Amino acid sequence: MSGAHVSTTVNGDAVQFACPNDESLLDSLRNRVGLTGVKEGCGTGDCGACSITLDDRLVCSCLVLGVEANGKQIGTVEGLADGDKLHPLQENFIKHAALQCGICTPGFLVAAKVLLERNPDPSEEEIRYALAGNLCRCTGYDKIVRAVQATAKDLRKKSKKKS
Amino acid sequence: MRYEAPNNTKAAATLLAAEKGKALVLAGGTDLLVRMKAGMLEPDLLVDIKHIEKMRSIAGGNAGFTIGAAVPGVEIGEHKALGKLWPGVVEAAQLIGSDQVQGRCTIVGNLCNASPAADTVPALIAAGAKVVVVGKDKRRTVAVEKVVTGPGSTSLAKAEVIESIKLPKRERSSGDAYLRFIPRTEMDIAVVGAAVNLSLSRGVVKSARVALGAVAPTALLVREAADAIIGTKLDDAALETLATACSAACNPIDDKRGTIHYRTKVAGVLGRRAALIAFDRAGGKR
Amino acid sequence: MTDSTSFTNQKFKVIGQRVRRQDGMDKVTGRAKYGADAVAPGQLVGVILRSPHAHAKIKKIDTSKAEKLKGVKAVITSKDLPDHTDGDRDLLSMLENCMARGRALYDGHAVAAIAAVDASTARKALKLIKVDYKVLPHVTDVDAAMQDDAPVIHDWVRTIGVEPAPTKGSNIPMRSEFGHGDVDAGFAKADVIIEKSYKTEQTHQGYIEPHACLASMSPDGSGELWVTTQGHFAYRNWCAQLLGLDMSKLKVTSSEIGGGFGGKTHIWMEPIALALSRKANRPVKVVMSREEVFRASGPTSSTSIDVKIGATKDGRIVAATSECRYQGGAFPGSWAVIGAMTSFACYDLENVKTVGYEVVCNRPKVAAYRAPSAPMASFATESTVDLVAEALGMDPVDFRILNAAKEGTRASYGPTYGPIGIGPTLEAVKKHPHMRAKLKKNQGRGMACGFWFNFGGQTSCTINVAADGTVNLSVGTIDVGGSRSSLSMICAEELGISYNQVRTHIGDTAALAHNDMTDGSRGTFASGMAAIIAARRTKEVLKQRAATAWEIPVEDIEWQDGHAVAIGKKHSKLEPLSLADIAANTENTGGPVAGHNEFVADGAGVSFASHICDVDVDPETGATRVIRYTVIQDAGKAIHPDYVEGQFQGGAAQGIGWALNEEYIYGEDGRLQNPGFLDYRIPVCSDLPFIDTQILEIPNPNHPYGVRGVGETSIVPPLAAVGNAVSNAVGVRMTHVPMSPPRILAALEAEE
Repeated sequence: MSGAHVSTTVNGDAVQFACPNDESLLDSLRNRVGLTGVKEGCGTGDCGACSITLDDRLVCSCLVLGVEANGKQIGTVEGLADGDKLHPLQENFIKHAALQCGICTPGFLVAAKVLLERNPDPSEEEIRYALAGNLCRCTGYDKIVRAVQATAKDLRKKSKKKS
Repeated sequence: MRYEAPNNTKAAATLLAAEKGKALVLAGGTDLLVRMKAGMLEPDLLVDIKHIEKMRSIAGGNAGFTIGAAVPGVEIGEHKALGKLWPGVVEAAQLIGSDQVQGRCTIVGNLCNASPAADTVPALIAAGAKVVVVGKDKRRTVAVEKVVTGPGSTSLAKAEVIESIKLPKRERSSGDAYLRFIPRTEMDIAVVGAAVNLSLSRGVVKSARVALGAVAPTALLVREAADAIIGTKLDDAALETLATACSAACNPIDDKRGTIHYRTKVAGVLGRRAALIAFDRAGGKR
Repeated sequence: MTDSTSFTNQKFKVIGQRVRRQDGMDKVTGRAKYGADAVAPGQLVGVILRSPHAHAKIKKIDTSKAEKLKGVKAVITSKDLPDHTDGDRDLLSMLENCMARGRALYDGHAVAAIAAVDASTARKALKLIKVDYKVLPHVTDVDAAMQDDAPVIHDWVRTIGVEPAPTKGSNIPMRSEFGHGDVDAGFAKADVIIEKSYKTEQTHQGYIEPHACLASMSPDGSGELWVTTQGHFAYRNWCAQLLGLDMSKLKVTSSEIGGGFGGKTHIWMEPIALALSRKANRPVKVVMSREEVFRASGPTSSTSIDVKIGATKDGRIVAATSECRYQGGAFPGSWAVIGAMTSFACYDLENVKTVGYEVVCNRPKVAAYRAPSAPMASFATESTVDLVAEALGMDPVDFRILNAAKEGTRASYGPTYGPIGIGPTLEAVKKHPHMRAKLKKNQGRGMACGFWFNFGGQTSCTINVAADGTVNLSVGTIDVGGSRSSLSMICAEELGISYNQVRTHIGDTAALAHNDMTDGSRGTFASGMAAIIAARRTKEVLKQRAATAWEIPVEDIEWQDGHAVAIGKKHSKLEPLSLADIAANTENTGGPVAGHNEFVADGAGVSFASHICDVDVDPETGATRVIRYTVIQDAGKAIHPDYVEGQFQGGAAQGIGWALNEEYIYGEDGRLQNPGFLDYRIPVCSDLPFIDTQILEIPNPNHPYGVRGVGETSIVPPLAAVGNAVSNAVGVRMTHVPMSPPRILAALEAEE
């Protein structure tokens, strides 16, 4: 298997790695960049546990090749918090008990962040459909949806204050 | 496996032609990478078309749209003019997978994957869409229904690559719709898909195309179903004839997603419902 | 007092609060380390070759080409796993399930394994192993496997529990029977008798984290295992036994666990990883793919159940019987026993008889799945109960209230109930606004009850007081969904300190004595009870230290709000000593302060739930949406209400998935057709409504706080609640789970 040298940006930092051409970006991130917050639940794009942003688009990193990340901007759960300050979604997931085992949590956080950036005031139905690509087997989604709703409200309040 | 990311279509075709082993086009990769991971495909060369500028955009308007082969679903969904004129095509594209998959998947990939259950194929066939195929030395334009020849197989030659999809000029008082049946609300493959595209003249269906997915080895263009509603105001009798024609056209299989009996029956139901939506979008009044 | 486990109705300061969970920060930042997240220097990648056949004799395995591939460090087959089980058939079956010994018994059964320097080398090597199979006849359906002409999977299986004892091999390892009274006499008195047969398909726990472990074995017989599990002590014991190791030389550390629901209570590839590591003398990481998880871990039983219920016109059930046939996969298990025990556990019955048949099939060996075996039995019973109520012209809730078990009822499976919650949950259903909400066309409402035993079992824990007066609790029961926080709350409550002063950790197998697994809803119940006792013992030590420091008798000291207080006028000059004060002075008072408890937690309180479900069914396609759902369950006492609600909601969601769409689909060839999340359809976010919950607290008299387990009961009622709702919506009784759209449409057409 021939390989590639990849120069990319992960959570704002320049990162370089070498990988075989057929390696998924998920494996590159986990095994070469060391970001194990990106999880593999299925490897086929059905569970969303490996959700990341690639040039600000939400994708499953298991459905991207590592070599395709060359020159791109990658965002993972490890980049959500601003230093010691959690992202409001992270705060609300803890506050609203939106996680049990926590394996799906990184993917949900990344997907929910993309949703709220695109739609600051989503309906319950919009939240549910936007998160349909993220499987959770513990919570029945109830508290996850509530945490996203609470975050949307918090963020709207914040942006109102600013303006 | 080699990985190449050329910046023009001709270069892509040349790379494909030159490879002695198995060469495949990588667009969104949402089907290809799954098959590679499962060991079902072991290509020697992947040609990534996402760096070809021409394939990355949507152009046109009423006179016809050109959708680049590397445009992901999410961008198709965000294109307001396209959604206004071709809501059926856009909703079919948007039904593929999750938001995550939308970030990568392409309608040309959906077509070339050659699954009988592809969502966009019936919608594109109903729309009368064509694809622009680029080979090493020549270009050709082919109707979408001529691309897929069977489950997993297409009429494309080894060194050919689809550059774009062309939607025809949109006439006034036209509408299209695509419906699929899945057991859940999201994330499933169509058990049955039905697309209807029609134009009205003084409230009467002037022309129509009806296409079905997941009920035969390839998506079907069902002329009898279209004939059933042409010249009508989509009265109940016409809808029933359309439904019967849809069911009659089915040649499905029993599998993990549905039974022959179920698919045959639901094809009629969805054909009827899609026709009603398309009619309404065209401004029709029953 | 210190070691008493009786309920005392004490007032709480911390228990019942909705505190922030302590592992939350790690889990929202991606820092938490799960099974696949550990790395060891020089680690190899382990992969497993699996049988493509449902049943085949393995004539020969040629590994020579794979061994020669550059980068391959070890190749193993069953020859590398000699039999150390000393005649213990169950253990040998466990070993055989981990790797086939001469015969592949199901699609996905492990046949050989490889450790190599990287994943692509390992995958390439896998293809170089040549296995010569002779395909044998197979059977995957539970009813078919019981027929006389079915291929017998194990010629050594003799049916237990039948007279005379059989002399021939059979696919039925055991018949079990429970009940009391005279059912024939009961049915003779009945005005209405309903008899119905039901089927439920096999489902998987569907935890999002695949099985994963990192094994490191040395040639001297010592080793370490990092693994995602619900019970690292059990894994340690089994792996040591199967590999012929001293248990104490194998240290097992549990990772964070990405869901288990019973599916991580059994070993699969862990002994293989250890054997690969032993042979290669390097660490080996094995991570299952999702396809492997579906094909080769332990889903739950598919079943076939007959229920017969007779009642008199006044609404009393006078007799009830069930026959539960449970498919247990390729090796004997005891799943039908539990089905038979739980069939009628919700009801107060004079005449009842339940029978269970264990059945082996060419499918993966069944593992526990949340209240294992109870949901299917409940589906059959609760569907029939609705039919009886309908035949009597009674409201189904009133009918259940009239027949519900209560304190003093002799349960159909034997014991006599203490105070229980079935009646109160039914009364709560009756009062709930959900029951009065209007339904539209094509919508239906159903309700159903459920029961689960809950378990106690062995626990060992230690409380260590740090020099600054903050506290660590170490337990050996895995935290699947937040139990560390609940246990910290319990410690804080007992020691009279704040929740934030306590931190709970899961100790490895070398740090604590044996702990049973986190199963049977025992995590917070049993470990909590152990922690209460350990904390009370810690208080005794702290009081003694204060006595030593003050040079007064310990009898003069009380523990109040985290302080040692000297009681009585003569000590009025002694300022209370805080936990921190005492902790700072341990050097002078007898050394470090700790409290331990090792015990068997008895007295787990049975738990009951009643669920209400509304569905909307498209009569033309059979598409079904759950539009409203309410869970009412007795928790005994909710330690952390958020996570109790979470258990209720999660169990309900799993049950809804089971009821509507989840199923293992086998082809004629005995191969699993849908080993992935694409076609094994667990509910997605847009499939479900908010799931309302109501926590009832009927104290368990055998727990100091009244706690009952809460984790499992919530998956028991949904199959029947959804089934009753769908049946009411479409006007046809649904008897086959999942009620997938093709099954609903077929039932509607059959009715026409």
